[in-house]
Amino acid sequence: MPREFQVLKALRARVPRLLDNPSVLAFAGLVLLCLAMSFVSDRFATWENLQNVMRQVSINAIIAAGMTVVILAGGIDLSVGAVMALSMTLTAAALLAEIPIPLAIAIGLATGAACGAVNGLLIAYGRLPAIIVTLAMMEIPRGLALLKTGGYPQSGLPSEFSWIGQGNLVGLQTPIVVMLVVFAVLYALLTYFPVGRYIYGIGGNEEAVRLSGVRVERTKLLAYTISGMTAAIAGIVLASRLMSGQPNAGVGFELDAIAAVVLGGTAIVGGRGSMIGTLIGALTLGVLNNGLNFMSVSPYTQKVLKGAIILLAIYAGSVKRKL
Amino acid sequence: MDVPLLELRNICKRFGDTRALCDVSLTLQSGRNLALVGENGAGKSTLMKILSGVYQPDSGSILLDGQAVRLRDPRDARQRGISIIHQEFSLVPHLDVTDNLFLGREPTNRIGMSCRSAMRRQAQRVLDRLGATFSIDSIVARLGIAQQQFVEIAKALLGETRVLIMDEPTATLTVAETRRLLSIMRELVQQGVSIIFISHHLEEVFDVADDVLCLRDGARVGFGHSAELSQDELIRMMVGRDLNTTFPPAKAQIQGGVVLDVHALQRKSHLPTVSFQLRAGEILGLAGLVGSGRSKMVHALVGADRATQRELSLNQQRLSIRTTADARTAGIGLIPEDRKRQGLVLDASIRDNMVLASLKRLCHPVLRLIRRRAVVRATNQQAEQLRIKAASLSQLARALSGGNQQKIVLAKWLLADCQVLILDEPTRGIDIGAKGEIYQLLRELRNRGVAILLISSELPEVIGMSDRLMVMRNQRIEHTFESRLDINEEAVMNYAAGVPSA
Repeated sequence: MPREFQVLKALRARVPRLLDNPSVLAFAGLVLLCLAMSFVSDRFATWENLQNVMRQVSINAIIAAGMTVVILAGGIDLSVGAVMALSMTLTAAALLAEIPIPLAIAIGLATGAACGAVNGLLIAYGRLPAIIVTLAMMEIPRGLALLKTGGYPQSGLPSEFSWIGQGNLVGLQTPIVVMLVVFAVLYALLTYFPVGRYIYGIGGNEEAVRLSGVRVERTKLLAYTISGMTAAIAGIVLASRLMSGQPNAGVGFELDAIAAVVLGGTAIVGGRGSMIGTLIGALTLGVLNNGLNFMSVSPYTQKVLKGAIILLAIYAGSVKRKL
Repeated sequence: MDVPLLELRNICKRFGDTRALCDVSLTLQSGRNLALVGENGAGKSTLMKILSGVYQPDSGSILLDGQAVRLRDPRDARQRGISIIHQEFSLVPHLDVTDNLFLGREPTNRIGMSCRSAMRRQAQRVLDRLGATFSIDSIVARLGIAQQQFVEIAKALLGETRVLIMDEPTATLTVAETRRLLSIMRELVQQGVSIIFISHHLEEVFDVADDVLCLRDGARVGFGHSAELSQDELIRMMVGRDLNTTFPPAKAQIQGGVVLDVHALQRKSHLPTVSFQLRAGEILGLAGLVGSGRSKMVHALVGADRATQRELSLNQQRLSIRTTADARTAGIGLIPEDRKRQGLVLDASIRDNMVLASLKRLCHPVLRLIRRRAVVRATNQQAEQLRIKAASLSQLARALSGGNQQKIVLAKWLLADCQVLILDEPTRGIDIGAKGEIYQLLRELRNRGVAILLISSELPEVIGMSDRLMVMRNQRIEHTFESRLDINEEAVMNYAAGVPSA
């Protein structure tokens, strides 16, 4: 057999296996989308614009990172938008009370973690359905944020605080760096630590994992706590960008986050998916937004297109799985 | 000779690189009962799925009444009179029997309302034909497994089925239920229905089948009238070699000390308290009828289910188990009854499944990171030892045959280094070759000093393997045979069924 033919055969065998990985498919989609956008507008493929896209998606991407952990473990977290708003307003309130910045940030993070832990306790130990628990937790933190602020944005935050949302770090805008760090940490958690394997396992078959002697409840509690914390991180970044705490921020953010997770190839029922996929998913949504703005497509049309693209991506994924 | 009812000619089917079926032909005359035998992974299920329209063959033809047909999907196959009953039933648990029977094909009147009285009448007729004793108004979820299977059969019969395909119909039935099912199969054949069934129980095959088709590695290796075949011939055909089907001889008993002492285990306050002792280097059998509480007892023991009282000691030390994690830490592993639902994460890789109970051991002691290389080394070694047949350990567990899947679950607990191993029906639905390997492995573990508790509903198995044997009935331990010599099948059955022995 000629050698070229053997190489070709080996390649042919490898390509479908590569396509088995949904993140590869999602990445191919993102690349195609970027190529298309750079043809449509010569302003798209500039470093400045790409950085803007990344900054714009950072809030959603950070929330979606935590959401990925929850969804991989077979759950769902609808409370992230409200948790974000509460963390944001409490951080802002702390800053206004002249509490030092690091401590104010810690208060925000603790708030998010606590909300997530409440979700986790009720779902894992109380055995209540995740969708109901987190639906209720869409209301409580939001209500608390409104009570605390009387419904008004809290402005006048110290100017040093603006660095998180508007500054630069290692040549990138700070929110982008925060986003990349969140993804790196959670990627490492899922890949290199036993608990990461357990999270995938629980989403695949909770009973089998429990019978393998794994503390399933504790693992689920951790997943929801992580999701609460990433919501809080997003809240702090957003507070710094807007230089205010907004009790009404984050409405509908849970759906954007779920969209990013699912676009990235993570199965909505859990057990399969990846952190990288979610980052790709969030970027895809951002590029789409950005490109459509360049094309001056109306926001109403954009909504229709966004929904259609999510459906198309899921359909492509499901067709491929059946093959 | 008549035109055969169903004929397959030179069927081939590949999945990617794997050859599932190659050049398989078969003929089925009407009113005959054909048994399909072969080891796990031999291609039996694939063949069934081609026959029922789930898969399309890559080449070859299917002839029905001498006419070539293409079975586009299961619905198409059903309309042509070919029905399949899978191992997992496709019933809606919260609907009653009548609704389940007619699901998707309710007779309707002129304005499209379903015609309840006609449905009930027909349902009753078909249940009578099967000799079923439960009511057509019973909620399916409240029926036993055997009764649910009757509902499945009734459903197939309602659709004017000419060929009924059954995938391991007796796998989850008790002895009495099996006998009942086999007699119904005989009766259906007399009524002119043709049956194709998969079975691992050769006695059943010889009992009811007219013809036997044997597959090995996707190819047809034998076909014959069951009356003209001997059991040994058939086994040779299936595994392709002579096989010692008897249980490996028990070596001289190693008198180990008590490892696990169950002082008192009570699942619910109104249930009896159970106590027993498990010694190092012994296989303690646990026999009993389905529903006698064996599985529930061991689930409560390892902390998978609640218990109102759980007083244990391990190596003379008091042991508190509240969760399965406590049991694992103590070195107690449970290999559950239902591989797919309780044993495996089907969509995870073989390797991930194998290390699920031992990841902590395979971590860096300080950083708590998974040591990838240690995982690969440990799993490769274990897979080789257990002769797990897989193209690669990164394949999904779903892709493997039953016997190999069971080996993965075993491997999981072997990697966790257990001193107490509890196995719940470890050979259910597994071919003879893999069974023999598992028996051999259990004996080796026992000789190494592992304490083994073996639950099995197959009497020859549990009697042949056990050093001591407990019999459970009605949630309590009815009797314990303290020596191999005292154990015989009749005595075990009597204790299990609650017949006072003479």
